[in-house]
Amino acid sequence: MAMPTAVALDDTTVAFRVADGRLYTAVEKAHLSVAQGEFVAIVGPTGCGKSTLLNVAAGLLKPASGSVKVFDQPLEGLNREAGYLFQADALFPWKTALDNVAIGLEVKGTPRAEALKRAQDWLASVGLGAFAGRYPHMLSGGQRKRVALAQVLIRDPKILLMDEPFGPLDAQTRQVMGNLLLELWSADRKAVLFVTHDLEEAIALADRVVIMSAGPSSHIIGNWQVGLPRPRDIFEVRLDRDFHALHREIWGVLKAEVMKSYAHGSPSAEAI
Amino acid sequence: MSRMTLLALQLLVAVVGIIMWQFFASVPVFGRILLPPFFFSNPIDVAAQIIKWFSTGVIWKHLWITLWESLLAFAIGSLGGVMVGFWFARQPRVAAVFDPYVKMVNALPRVVLAPIFTLWLGLGIWSKVALGVTLVFFIVFFNVYQGVKEVSRTVLDNGRMLGMSEGQLMRHVYWPSALSWMFSSLHTSVGFAVVGAVVGEYLGSAAGLGYLIQQAEGIFDVAGVFAGMFVLSAFVILIDMGVTLVERRLLVWRPTATEERG
Repeated sequence: MAMPTAVALDDTTVAFRVADGRLYTAVEKAHLSVAQGEFVAIVGPTGCGKSTLLNVAAGLLKPASGSVKVFDQPLEGLNREAGYLFQADALFPWKTALDNVAIGLEVKGTPRAEALKRAQDWLASVGLGAFAGRYPHMLSGGQRKRVALAQVLIRDPKILLMDEPFGPLDAQTRQVMGNLLLELWSADRKAVLFVTHDLEEAIALADRVVIMSAGPSSHIIGNWQVGLPRPRDIFEVRLDRDFHALHREIWGVLKAEVMKSYAHGSPSAEAI
Repeated sequence: MSRMTLLALQLLVAVVGIIMWQFFASVPVFGRILLPPFFFSNPIDVAAQIIKWFSTGVIWKHLWITLWESLLAFAIGSLGGVMVGFWFARQPRVAAVFDPYVKMVNALPRVVLAPIFTLWLGLGIWSKVALGVTLVFFIVFFNVYQGVKEVSRTVLDNGRMLGMSEGQLMRHVYWPSALSWMFSSLHTSVGFAVVGAVVGEYLGSAAGLGYLIQQAEGIFDVAGVFAGMFVLSAFVILIDMGVTLVERRLLVWRPTATEERG
């Protein structure tokens, strides 16, 4: 692809000091790049450090060695080009849905009236136009994710980092959210780095699937291009013959890693 | 149970209680009066006393003084608690240095400070305000400290990723979180502000509800003591209702704002 690189991790190693003072290497020598407009999904067994890798790309974590580049510039501090969708609830509980979405603009200095107006539009485009005045606790899990998505997208980041964003949702809601994400993404094709443990979700959404080995010291063990045509409908694409072939192929590799991670009973790096 | 039945039953408890009090204070049972009027007075005398206070208007001055002292104690104590709580939570090193002293002062029963405050600040309202402040300050301080410390990591990271500066994090994340903790202890801290004022008045003053009770006690006027206690409880209940109203307005975003208070 001739597109410029949005995020590039080069030889990145991440280590933590764990409770008893030992050094725990979560990710070792990872090479990963996401081109502009590319949707990359990272899949790996529990505790393989895929969220860690995402936090490095976000600038929330500093790698022990290796480099992180954002649009060919070395990353210093937080990644200002990126929007981050968290796995856990990250909305501000004391703000209404509308204020939660508007805050992304207000922080940048957009006048409040305009921020609110655009936030209302964004709420409408994630299907929550009628819920502007609700506080997060009055919304369902899926609705909160929609608000979170609007909160991130209203800032129009060039890169979208997503950490198992639909993990806590039920199966149907996940598919609905997946379709919503694809629909919003297709409008301007941001670079996306999407972490999940669900291989089906990864194939259905992404252009490329990256598989990580079981931790500790996990590394990237494979890259698969997903050739399924776009626009995709997540409900439909799962019935596709190519989808099944690819799924079988990747699962063959992933399964061994999943088994390994259970055998190790390795401490979860994601918990840190 | 419907609202009306509940109210009727609640009223019934009061009526039965008062009737029994009146009965045992005036009718001999097996040749003895179980509640000698000298020690227990009786509801009629107490009511008469309360009515007299309100009809002559003397009570307003005392109520006003106690209210004013409580409000000042609450305002000053809260302000100090919020500021120090914030400061300590954001500067762990400062908190660590002061920790034993904070614990020490908090362990001290505050009533023993009353004589000191009277010496320093005289018999006027400020010695009572000071006593209330020492009570309110620690409640608010500990809550704000917790509130700032226990801001969810995810919410904080989200704020950062949304591009918030330190100042904006303060305003949009730390501050609301700390305030919510402070408001969750609002009932306690307002209650303690009143306690500080009344105890201070009781120990030495020239006005206020505590003074009224202390004066009545000094001349063995038990009806006066009971009357003072009733006025005081009504006063605290009214303030508490006000707090509940404020709380409902400010904590709408919290799922259990009303269930959580004890």
